[in-house]
Amino acid sequence: MDALTTPFLTGTATGAILLMAALGLTLTFGQMGVINMANGEFLMVGAYVAYLTQQVISSAGVSIIIAIPIAFVVAGLLGLVLEATVIRWMYDRPLDTLLATVGVALVLQQLAKDIFGAQGDPVVLPGWLDARINVFGYEWPLRQLFTILLAVASLALLNALLRYTSFGRRIRATVQNRQLAETQGVPTRNVDRMTFFLGSGLAGVGGVAISLISGTNPTLGTSYIIPAFLVVVLGGVGQLKGTVLAAWGVGVATAFLTDWTSGSMAQVMTFALVVAMLTLRPQGLFTVRTRSLA
Amino acid sequence: MLELVGVTAGYGRSKVLFDVDLIVPKDGAASIMGLNGAGKTTLLRVAVGLLPVISGKVLLDGVDITSMRPNRRVQQGLGYVPQGQLCFPQMTTLENLQLVSPVQSDIDEVVDIFPALRDLMSRPAGLLSGGQRQQLAIARTLLGKPRMLILDEPTEGIQPNVVAEIEQVIVDLTERGDFTVLLVEQHVGFAVRISDRYYTLESGRITGSGAGGEDAIDAVRASMAV
Ligand SMILES: Nc1ncnc2c1ncn2[C@@H]1O[C@H](COP(=O)(O)OP(=O)(O)OP(=O)(O)O)[C@@H](O)[C@H]1O
Ligand SMILES: [Mg+2]
Repeated sequence: MDALTTPFLTGTATGAILLMAALGLTLTFGQMGVINMANGEFLMVGAYVAYLTQQVISSAGVSIIIAIPIAFVVAGLLGLVLEATVIRWMYDRPLDTLLATVGVALVLQQLAKDIFGAQGDPVVLPGWLDARINVFGYEWPLRQLFTILLAVASLALLNALLRYTSFGRRIRATVQNRQLAETQGVPTRNVDRMTFFLGSGLAGVGGVAISLISGTNPTLGTSYIIPAFLVVVLGGVGQLKGTVLAAWGVGVATAFLTDWTSGSMAQVMTFALVVAMLTLRPQGLFTVRTRSLA
Repeated sequence: MLELVGVTAGYGRSKVLFDVDLIVPKDGAASIMGLNGAGKTTLLRVAVGLLPVISGKVLLDGVDITSMRPNRRVQQGLGYVPQGQLCFPQMTTLENLQLVSPVQSDIDEVVDIFPALRDLMSRPAGLLSGGQRQQLAIARTLLGKPRMLILDEPTEGIQPNVVAEIEQVIVDLTERGDFTVLLVEQHVGFAVRISDRYYTLESGRITGSGAGGEDAIDAVRASMAV
């Protein structure tokens, strides 16, 4: 039983982090045709926010909770700056944004190294998270469950925002038909900025979760960005439901393959699996059918 | 009043409009007629700000709006119903309307104009028929409470009873007295009848214009017959 439970639970937690990283990617790619390779660095920023908050507020339990909104805002603001300085000139040129943001990612990593040192720092787990619960005989670390809950909560909030608020309607309208949205009075430039803020902020929150599992590290973004992209492509660009399933799938598949082979082999095999799947369903896991897509 | 002054515009390097002058009188109606590909839609896209001019000016009530973004022009009172019954297909009818105004009493008001929409509120707009989508498109634009409405072939490809309904709405708007209408239409009879002023467009150039009304219809028909 353990051989199945362990990778399943660990993989689900990994999937939760991938989801937090992928949501921003899929939102900005779907809306603006932008591939933001620096999104991984927003995870890193979130992790350092958790670390720094802990330096200021010594109670680990309190600081983690406070770090979540701060990470959201800090990463979100960085996203806004990135949009305003680099990306806004490259809308609908995915390849250009990819190259430019790889550069930005390297700069941000170097900055983190200069400020915090090349070695990562540990983030202290609050007592209530530093526990394990027994699941079918496996002593599951509670922080993994916390990560999953954090992702579920973020997803629920995002979903509610997109569905039930006027800001959400504006995002969806801009994605579906930018010119029409603009002529119906939607300030699409502002909507783009807000989407960037939102997507980057979500990655920041994901970074807090990562800090609980593996501490901080200037380069932690690089290990998440490629699988996050697999998730975006597999889930179907801009599709929330597909992105969730794809994140979960990639997380769990990688965990099982790591169990059976080795870490790097698992990555390669996951990659191959995704490519194979995309050959069968190039549009991703989900497609939206309507009478007219005009 | 909407004015185009010496507008030249096009796509990339190919020019489509050449030195177009056009006036829609304040609180009146004007129509533009022309064959397929004459540049009617292009002209409207310049008017609403979707396409930049190469040279020339666009004025709304005397204010130069040439470099204003479309959504700012909407704030200035411009409403635009594009060609092709465009909606946000993955949003419901209600959400399409709420995008422009979430105020339920305002929504009820425009739905009273097109009662057929009432039973379609929770349906994705992409699943509506062409006629239903056009009614939604007009209702949605009216919800923004424009002072001026620009319509691009609002009855194209729509069944006769819905056409009559849409035409009645346009007539009502022109008779309101505080509302300006610019209409692109293939049905010369209807367009010229309701217009204070008509224009004919050929290959991107204004080739004729004059006072509209019942009496002008035959002359316009004759001038357009090739
Ligand atoms: N996006 C575009 N890119 C390049 N050329 C275009 C574009 N849209 C229109 N054109 C060209 O501009 C010219 C005028 O097109 P436009 O759509 O304005 O005509 P129209 O009078 O509205 O025709 P219709 O009655 O068929 O709607 C055509 O030759 C068309 O091929
Ligand atoms: Mg046209």
